[in-house]
Amino acid sequence: MSRRLRLGVLAAGLLATAALLAAAFLELPAFGGARHPYGDRAVEASLARHTANTVSAVNFDQRAFDTLGEETILFSAVLGTVVLLRQTRGEHREAPEPASVPPALRRYGLAALPVTLLTGLYVIAHGQLSPGGGFQGGVVVATAFHLLYVAVDYRALERVRPVGLYEIGDAAGEAAYVLLGAGGLLAGAAYLANVLPYGTFGTLASGGTVPLLNAAVGLEVSSAVVVLLAHFLRQALEIEGGGERE
Amino acid sequence: MSVLPYAIAGWIFLAGLYGLATSRDLVHAVGCLSVAQSSTYVLLLAVGYRRGGTAPVFSDVKPGVRVVDPVVQALALTDVVVGATVTALLLALVVQTAKRHGTVDPDELFELRG
Repeated sequence: MSRRLRLGVLAAGLLATAALLAAAFLELPAFGGARHPYGDRAVEASLARHTANTVSAVNFDQRAFDTLGEETILFSAVLGTVVLLRQTRGEHREAPEPASVPPALRRYGLAALPVTLLTGLYVIAHGQLSPGGGFQGGVVVATAFHLLYVAVDYRALERVRPVGLYEIGDAAGEAAYVLLGAGGLLAGAAYLANVLPYGTFGTLASGGTVPLLNAAVGLEVSSAVVVLLAHFLRQALEIEGGGERE
Repeated sequence: MSVLPYAIAGWIFLAGLYGLATSRDLVHAVGCLSVAQSSTYVLLLAVGYRRGGTAPVFSDVKPGVRVVDPVVQALALTDVVVGATVTALLLALVVQTAKRHGTVDPDELFELRG
């Protein structure tokens, strides 16, 4: 197919999709409207279970089973990436040369590292109280370690980041979520039901199973991001010489 | 003008699709897919907006205050996570393609190779 013909087909498709979208958008409830039946019920249920952050209550209590699916997508995608980015035949590993880093960058990176790490752990631990939770905090924690790569060099990062341990962490986070769900069955309720005492509203121990599920997700996400970046970095910096390159 | 936020979501989606279809570089194509996907964040948050509403977090506002819809915000979170993981997986595939074929131009990739 020639390039012009292809662009023509594309234009027709895009115009038709645009027309369908426009027709659908005109039928949607007006932007900013007051009627949100699901939202109102979610807020009610969240307050009844002493969870201040309604988004966390939706994700880890009302829709906890869907979040298990979401976590499993993350887990399988990491597994797939690890398999794809392995060292193949004809390739060998070479330790990368240490690079020099401007002293100001090094100082800033090393000062920011503990702050970033603490912020990440805070965001995970307060997922039931304030905006954030396991997914967001997990990414912040993983970012903290990679400040070492930016501010010092690759070998410093490798020293604090034994990838095997983080692979176990990834699996342990996923397993913890599944087992916490089974706790609901043991208590005589449904799988992933919120069976723990709801605690005092607005404190760290409120929300029943929500903080525990958040912690499990935080462990999985932080480990998963570390493992993902480790494999991409190894591919970019260490693995040399493709066998079948033309 | 109440349709404008939805229209913006639609425009971002179509812009991403256009980039995806005319891409000459697989890394660029993965970026375009992310653009197309990010339109769903705009659409979800636009659907859930309530005029004058604040964030649905009751740690510093009293219960009963008008808040935006938390259900679509939770869906947007799911969306972000799945989008990020799919991007990582696709980029890993691009790395393999570049290694096996020596090119990342989709127009030059026409044969299967083991």
